[in-house]
Amino acid sequence: MKETLNDPVRPELVEGHSLQKQGQRLPQPERWGVVQSFLNNKYVWILVAFAALVALLAVGLTRDPREIPSPFIGKAAPEFRLARLEGAAGETFGPADMQGKVWLLNVWASWCVACRAEHPQLVALARQNLVPLIGLNYKEARGDGDLDISKMPLEEETALTRQRAAGWLTAHGNPYTLSVLDVDGRVGIDYGVYGVPETFVIDKAGIIRFKQIGPLTEEVLQEKILPLVNKLNELNAAP
Amino acid sequence: MIPEFGHFALLLALPVAVLVGVLALVGAQKNHARWMALAKPGTRLLAFLVTLAYLCLTQAFVANDFSVLYVAQHSNSLLPLAYRIAGVWGGHEGSLLLWMLMLVWWAALVSVFSRPLAAPMLARVLGTLCLVAFGFLLFILLTSNPFTRLLPGVAEGRDLNPLLQDPGLILHPPLLYMGYVGFSVAYAFAVAALLAGQLDAAWARWSRPWTTMAWGFLTLGIALGSWWAYYELGWGGWWFWDPVENASFMPWLAGTALIHSLAVTEKRGSFKNWTVLLAISAFSLSLLGTFLVRSGVLTSVHAFAADPARGIFILAFLATVVGLSLVLFVWRAPKVGLGGRFGLFSRESLLLSNNVILVVATATVLLGTLYPLLIDALNLGKLSVGPPYFNAVFVPIMAPLLFLMGIGPFLRWKAASAQEIVLRLKWALVAALAIAVLLPMLIYGDAWPLVNLGIFLAAWILIAAVLHFSRQVWTTRGSSNLLTAVLRQPLHFWGMHLAHIGVAVFVAGVAIVGGYEEEKDVRMAPGEIVTLSGYEFRFMGVLPVKGPNYEALQGEVELWKNNRLIRRLRPEKRFYRSSAMPMTEAAIDTGFFGDLYVSLGEPLDRARPEGEWAVRVYSKPLVDWIWGGCFLMAFGGLLAVCDRRYRQSRRRSTPDPLTVKTSP
Repeated sequence: MKETLNDPVRPELVEGHSLQKQGQRLPQPERWGVVQSFLNNKYVWILVAFAALVALLAVGLTRDPREIPSPFIGKAAPEFRLARLEGAAGETFGPADMQGKVWLLNVWASWCVACRAEHPQLVALARQNLVPLIGLNYKEARGDGDLDISKMPLEEETALTRQRAAGWLTAHGNPYTLSVLDVDGRVGIDYGVYGVPETFVIDKAGIIRFKQIGPLTEEVLQEKILPLVNKLNELNAAP
Repeated sequence: MIPEFGHFALLLALPVAVLVGVLALVGAQKNHARWMALAKPGTRLLAFLVTLAYLCLTQAFVANDFSVLYVAQHSNSLLPLAYRIAGVWGGHEGSLLLWMLMLVWWAALVSVFSRPLAAPMLARVLGTLCLVAFGFLLFILLTSNPFTRLLPGVAEGRDLNPLLQDPGLILHPPLLYMGYVGFSVAYAFAVAALLAGQLDAAWARWSRPWTTMAWGFLTLGIALGSWWAYYELGWGGWWFWDPVENASFMPWLAGTALIHSLAVTEKRGSFKNWTVLLAISAFSLSLLGTFLVRSGVLTSVHAFAADPARGIFILAFLATVVGLSLVLFVWRAPKVGLGGRFGLFSRESLLLSNNVILVVATATVLLGTLYPLLIDALNLGKLSVGPPYFNAVFVPIMAPLLFLMGIGPFLRWKAASAQEIVLRLKWALVAALAIAVLLPMLIYGDAWPLVNLGIFLAAWILIAAVLHFSRQVWTTRGSSNLLTAVLRQPLHFWGMHLAHIGVAVFVAGVAIVGGYEEEKDVRMAPGEIVTLSGYEFRFMGVLPVKGPNYEALQGEVELWKNNRLIRRLRPEKRFYRSSAMPMTEAAIDTGFFGDLYVSLGEPLDRARPEGEWAVRVYSKPLVDWIWGGCFLMAFGGLLAVCDRRYRQSRRRSTPDPLTVKTSP
């Protein structure tokens, strides 16, 4: 069987590599020859393509595919008016009350395990008195899988919510300037909440500037949220 | 103590791997017989050490040693023994050790079964495998040590991910890794041939059985994963174009191209460069798959804990292994002869089309998989590429390949006569067309072009394969009777046709299930009936049941047809103690002509599981043909590997050495 056959259609194969005629044991080409043969080599593009692929993968390593930009960033914080957890009955709160202030809105619930994980961060943050922190207690009763509220009237659910939320804050410390109760989760829907806890940074004009899905970490707090709060505080300090 | 012992065995394996690898490769280059002779015993020693480490980890799982971090994270004392043994590969660290185990065993098998290989060739193959093993060992020891202690230990482990507590998923990773790792043997043969500067027919013959074997395992592994996703995830789909599925599919496509181009290289000496490049690519894509899965650069259902250090290491490893072999290739390739020439219409040209199409398909999948990464890297936003892209691109690419598959076996090497082929196959073509048009109308009463196309291709491949097989039997029959003539056909011939028929079965399944599946999402109170594809599903209600480490709500659904009870199906909603997520266990009535599939959604009122439920019912005609076809493909591969000619060549080893070049 014929093993090798020089292709007459491709003379560059022969010209560029005259060494091949000397048989299969390839003599070491000279140093310059190595470079030259690589430049003449029609297969070099494979190396180039591979290098590009590796570069792409290396860049990919520095990105986090789970970091999804929120459609809420840059939009006005949805308006609401909800009953407050503490204070006299009938007292309410809404984003309009914070006009002209930079503030944080933290969505939490006592059944949420990750909230317990981030709670020490919030307590530490509150101690520094840097920024008002409003708690949005989200579906306290109906979000809890262990609880059956199907036959419970809304007033009763609200009372239960109030009791559970207050109890939890007493037990773990209350970092919130004030808390409001989103008993049926409607406000949560307006804010696109899908993973409790979530934290929003809202500026003086009521625009959402940042959203953290999942527990706050020391790192996020120090590197993203607090610098952003400082920056927003300095911006348009006028009226 | 035993985990430390395992850790020590791994540590010991590290210098063994690098020493054997370097000495064998250098020895082969400098022609030191003694150094080369180290390759065999060295490889076996490596296999022994890694096996020891693996057994130590298994022991820690079986004995519930929760002072080992990995065991504490992936096992639980309530876990049944079989799952504890399988739990070894239930997480990142252990599955890498399994990968390692398979790599060294493949290498050890090469050292046993390649006795007639010339010493330098064997040394190079084993040396390359040892160096690859060294890289993986380093990876395990530096970033993913499964023997790390958790001190003080915990009383109870966190349990194996409930999704993995299933027979299908126990076997899926080992089979898949057998395939991935098996391609490292093809890779090692290619590197060895490049190092020696000897890309000849003998090299191709030696790589062929190993490559086919790896390909068969990969086929089974992918099929099993797809089957598992079908019955376990409760979505009723069989392929989702998830990045990790793609990661296993790309080496499969490249491997399929490789086994075909190896045939040309062996028989005709052509395509040598191409074949070597494919061998390198198949393994490189396996490594790329590992990178994509383990580094967390892409989001996927296969959530391994992402760790940037691991990503960096695998990327560096990939760049080294693939980069070096590509440099070697680029250096050697221009000096390799082109082999036997062939006509425009010949078996070679058809196999070349096969290769081109498969490589284009691989590139398409690669592009779709990496595209989100590319867009993100260029700061153009975030996006994901889903089934619409892949389905739209894949069908037109693969359809010509499937058509050519029917013709391929009929063509002669070098030059074939188109006229003769037309003569032989025209009735097959007419029959396939007739089936494609009539069958869907007769059975299902309605048809879509894509369904017609699928059935045409399946029928075409099947008829052509049977025709070719019977022709071959007829011409080689001589004076013997028909049965002996059939049985006397060589195994590789049987293997090829079985694998091709497997593709036909697969395509038929895909076409029919795609065209005629039905599903209904309904709310059902006990006693209610829903009708689908002529079957009545009667929901009988839900009862609590208890498993070893979970509690479940088990529904009962009676399946009726023509007022006859056919079966009782019992879909479950399982609540594993270790996991907050409920698991859906679909109940499936599997049949040759299709599946009926019931999965429980949620109770409409969580407090009253005895009340109404969201229930999903599917009818999936011919869906099992998809996996049956894959099984046939893998079985065909196995038959081809067992062919006599691979064993014969061992006996006549001396006159057929790899060192002697046939003169041009």
